[in-house]
Amino acid sequence: FGEGNKDSEDAALRFVTSQALWNQIKSETEQIQEDLNKQLFDNLVSFLRRSHSEFQEKTTEWTCRMKSREIPTAALVLGVNVTDHDLTFRSLSEVLQNDITPYIALLEAKDCPGIKNLMQKLMGQLMNCCIDVDSLEDEDYVQVSQNRIRCSMTSLINWYESVTKKTDSETPRKKRTSCSKHWQSPPVVVIFKDMESFTTKVLQDFIVISSQHIRELPLVLIFGIATSPMIIHSLLPHSVSSLLCIELFQSLSCKEHLSTIIDKLLLTAQVPFKLGDKVLQVLINIFLYHDFSVQNFIKGYQFCIVEHFCSQPLSVLCCQLVDAKKRVNSLSHDQCENIRRLPSFRRYVESQVSEKQIALLTADDFLKEITQKLLEDLHVYHENYVSVLRCLHVFTSSLPKYPLGKQIRELHCACLENRVWETEEYESSLQLARMLNKSDLVTMVQQCVEIFVSSSGKEFDKTVEKLKEFLTQFQKLEEAFQEQDVSVSSQKELQKKTDLYHLQKTLLELKESRRSKKLTKFEMLRFEVVDYIDSLVRNYLVPADHKTLHEIVYFNTASVLREHLNAAPRTALHTALNNPYCYLKNQDLKNDGGSISNKAPDICIVYKLHLECGRLINLVDWLEAFSTVVTAVEGPNGDAASSDQVDDIIHARFIRAVSELELLGFIKPSKQKTDHVARLTWGG
Amino acid sequence: GIKVRKNKTQLTVDVKRFVKKLENISDDEAQEVLEEKNYVAALGICAQDPMGNGSSVSGGEVYSFQTPKRSSKMAELASELAQTPGQSVAPDPSKCPEKTAKTPQSSSNFLWAEIAWKCNLILLFDWQRAVLRGYMFHLLMHVFSLLLQSRKKEIVFTTPYRLRKRLAAPDPYLESESEYSASCSEEEDEEDQKEVSTVLSGRKTPAKTKAASTPPPRNTVAKKIKEDKMSNLVEEYFEAHSSSKVLTSDRTLQKLQKRRLNQQTLHDLLEKAPLAYAAEIKELNQQHESLFSKWMLQLHLGFNIVLYGLGSKRDLLEKFRTSVLQDSVHLVVNGYFPSITVRSILNSITEEVLEHIGTFRSPLDQLEFIIKRFKEDASLELYVLIHNLDSQMLRGERSQQILAQLSSLPTIYLIASIDHINAPLMWDQAKLSLYNWLWYETTTFSPYVEETSYENSLLVQQSGSLALSSLTHVLRSLTPNARGIFRLLAQYQLENKDNPSYPGLSFQDFYQQCREAFLVNSDLTLRAQLTEFRDHKLIRTKRGADGVEYLLIPVDDITLTDFLEKEDEDV
Repeated sequence: FGEGNKDSEDAALRFVTSQALWNQIKSETEQIQEDLNKQLFDNLVSFLRRSHSEFQEKTTEWTCRMKSREIPTAALVLGVNVTDHDLTFRSLSEVLQNDITPYIALLEAKDCPGIKNLMQKLMGQLMNCCIDVDSLEDEDYVQVSQNRIRCSMTSLINWYESVTKKTDSETPRKKRTSCSKHWQSPPVVVIFKDMESFTTKVLQDFIVISSQHIRELPLVLIFGIATSPMIIHSLLPHSVSSLLCIELFQSLSCKEHLSTIIDKLLLTAQVPFKLGDKVLQVLINIFLYHDFSVQNFIKGYQFCIVEHFCSQPLSVLCCQLVDAKKRVNSLSHDQCENIRRLPSFRRYVESQVSEKQIALLTADDFLKEITQKLLEDLHVYHENYVSVLRCLHVFTSSLPKYPLGKQIRELHCACLENRVWETEEYESSLQLARMLNKSDLVTMVQQCVEIFVSSSGKEFDKTVEKLKEFLTQFQKLEEAFQEQDVSVSSQKELQKKTDLYHLQKTLLELKESRRSKKLTKFEMLRFEVVDYIDSLVRNYLVPADHKTLHEIVYFNTASVLREHLNAAPRTALHTALNNPYCYLKNQDLKNDGGSISNKAPDICIVYKLHLECGRLINLVDWLEAFSTVVTAVEGPNGDAASSDQVDDIIHARFIRAVSELELLGFIKPSKQKTDHVARLTWGG
Repeated sequence: GIKVRKNKTQLTVDVKRFVKKLENISDDEAQEVLEEKNYVAALGICAQDPMGNGSSVSGGEVYSFQTPKRSSKMAELASELAQTPGQSVAPDPSKCPEKTAKTPQSSSNFLWAEIAWKCNLILLFDWQRAVLRGYMFHLLMHVFSLLLQSRKKEIVFTTPYRLRKRLAAPDPYLESESEYSASCSEEEDEEDQKEVSTVLSGRKTPAKTKAASTPPPRNTVAKKIKEDKMSNLVEEYFEAHSSSKVLTSDRTLQKLQKRRLNQQTLHDLLEKAPLAYAAEIKELNQQHESLFSKWMLQLHLGFNIVLYGLGSKRDLLEKFRTSVLQDSVHLVVNGYFPSITVRSILNSITEEVLEHIGTFRSPLDQLEFIIKRFKEDASLELYVLIHNLDSQMLRGERSQQILAQLSSLPTIYLIASIDHINAPLMWDQAKLSLYNWLWYETTTFSPYVEETSYENSLLVQQSGSLALSSLTHVLRSLTPNARGIFRLLAQYQLENKDNPSYPGLSFQDFYQQCREAFLVNSDLTLRAQLTEFRDHKLIRTKRGADGVEYLLIPVDDITLTDFLEKEDEDV
């Protein structure tokens, strides 16, 4: 398999780079997902252990035996992003397999139209996994296939007993490895991936049957729920749901998941590949307005990577800085020309002095040297950018009404789009920041200090110092204020003995003066802080497309992305039918908008005519109208003749166009009236 | 614009003389019309404004035919189109600046209304006094020359029938009347007079109503556009579905003196007809073909590709197959084929790709087997090309589920095409993520030759030929008695063809008749015979409300008549 790029220029290398990058990102996202789900899984595991220990006790205690009709159940509320659940369940079953029990069955509604299929599937999975664990020999295999024929709860129990016994007898080998974690009789976990789509009958039957056997079979159910926990009660009648002992678990919302992913993938200098503002906007919009699926977001991200590396020959330099520098040295002459053609590089060249300009445009070596420097600049810019962005986010995220957005991604988009300090929102948020109270301000500054300290940028030492200085000033201010406060109170004490009117007056004055005095001091400092942040923003949050060579690492063609990920097939059809000129660049088809000419392809004419009809369309009228239009086009030569030949051709063309419309789903044959078709759309 | 106005007033004076006698009738009607017009005008504002703004509303260009008047008939449009060779119907707005200033809602609308009105007038002349043709012609020409360079005067002039269709005035109030008169070729003059007069009385006021309904200032309109458009859409829906009665003309294809075309002649005829814009279509195709290598790359990276857009994508996929997939294992699925099933797709994978002999209990088992095999053997690669993934047979939930699961395998590369406007509705989020689509718009404008060539995908024009041949074939293999039985049923059905609520022949009656004709001796033999018919899909049984079994031949009457005639010839 060779790289499918048209120009062979470094194509293989580019492909390798993109694959490496993608793999890195993939593993990173999986890691993130794992971390996020950790809490949830821990809870689940402890729940399973608990339920399991209960089962152990149940065998002895009579009271529990009474209760033992109840199946311990975990209801896992996962949210509407169904597509992400698969991954969650997979890692969940992995975790359980490691920690709790080898007996796990994952059931999906689409496999289980009836209770029989469900049992079949369940047993198949359980016995297979048991084979996996114990690596059974042939005789057991026969046993398994025998069991398959008669899938019932009893056979399941028999199997379970035999299996547990076997592990007991075979303990010496097993226990050392895995059974130290697995208990004497591990529970059987049945996971219903999508509880909502199961038929209620199947679920009820299964629950009732298994509750009968709960004494022999330590069963634990896990329901995956996309909507709300209420669904259990609406799906199952009370008599059934009372057999369940339900505990609720809530997974992390997908939005938080996304923000962590963005945080880790986009807002870091580690990943060399960057998304442009529009692209990011499109991806986030698809996420927020279409599916809430993190999976899809990552898919879109992958697509961006592929597209970028495919379409940009210079993307070969889109890798870690060290590699990039090496690669710059081995660039071919064509690639150098490519660099010279970049608009951002042209701007850079124009800003240089003339001798340097000539050197840049003629000498490849010099160009490479400069490119290395520029790439390094770009890298440094990214490092600084992230830190300052976070810092700004600390300030803006707590402002009332969130003029620059609540999430850091919104801020990120705003900064990428244009000079953020020129926007109204930024202006208003600065104004709001100037009204912050002291404690908030201090904590924010502290947070900023932490961000800068932890950041990898080298230029921030001074910044940190400056911010720390602010902090100490605040400290001082506080002390001063306390002193003042004391003095004021003493003053008050002194003046207590004057008359009421005077007291009031002096108090008012005092209050006035105190406020103005104190505030001016604090205010000055506050102004200073805000101004300093502002200067940081102006320094470091320059939009990326003002940077030279940004084309190498930024993917910015949002239209491609939207076209391929969030397509609108119906709109495309309508456009083609209404305005064929969009596709067929023929002058005859050009129009001023609004209507089409009569020279359009047949299907467009037929479509146009059908738009004027109500729910039913008379085929004869339609045909007549069509032939009117078409003969008009053919015009003078065929006017009087109207021979059979021509007519038949028109007829045939009409038939073809109508059946094409039928294929496209605009009409369907109707039995309501002879020779009529029904329209399936309405309006224009 | 001004000129048109002047013209109109002149004509009105003329007309008044002979409308006078009808005026007392039309006066109170006019009042109603006025109100109605107000309403329509208001609607018009809603509908036209998004169009006027054009660029602000993305849908404006696409759904450009947002005329609020449902009555602007197909025929009218046809004649309009016919008269405007290569020209847009919409007149230059600059021609009537003062009007556009006042009423931003599409001046073209208004002008066309005027033209239609003038045609009415002319017709009135025609019917009432037979005015000199030349004069009429002159008028007509005058009217049209204002708006367009009419080349096709003959058409307009020599065929008053068509003109009458134009008379279907763009006024909802008149919809029903004019519609009917338009389609029934001859009617009494009196009715026409009345109708035209109502048109007149309705038209006397447009200037007034338009002025009265000048839209609110621009900015508020702009704000409302969205919801207006929305509500308009809703209204359109209810307009289309409000009454169960739909007014269309009663003409049928049978009355048209034209023989029905069968598949072969249709094909031959289309061969003869030159493909329009061949050069442009070729260019389009070349654009798409340049994407082939990209598709390959993306397929290998775990995406699947779906093609959409107007025009058959079959040739494109074929080309993809021949140019890129020559050396790899691939499977082509013709989804449009009427008897394709998921099962057959799976079968061809297991049997021909995996070379597995044996059967499976259910498609799910089969799928599992395939998945297992592909997971075990990473070197196994398969390209699946599906033409029309959205065809009748494949669009079912279960089929799509199975296909989606197939396509989610990392070494199965799926590239498919869809055509139906509602095709994306097949997939829910879960399936979409399994498919992992990348969408490619490949509008080709090439005709759907193969896709529509299957008999049952076509309209009434040629349906039946296949049914007929299958009928004769099956029956020829039967005993004479059996043929007689079927004949009886067919005849009975034809006798009742005018009865729309004909439920079919009840089994008891049928048995009685067969006995009388000495065709069967017991109801068991008849039942056995019927089972055979049913197996060949020659008849259909239906249980009525009273529990009686009714027998029906699911073939349309014409085919049945043809069949009986043919049978008679044979005998």
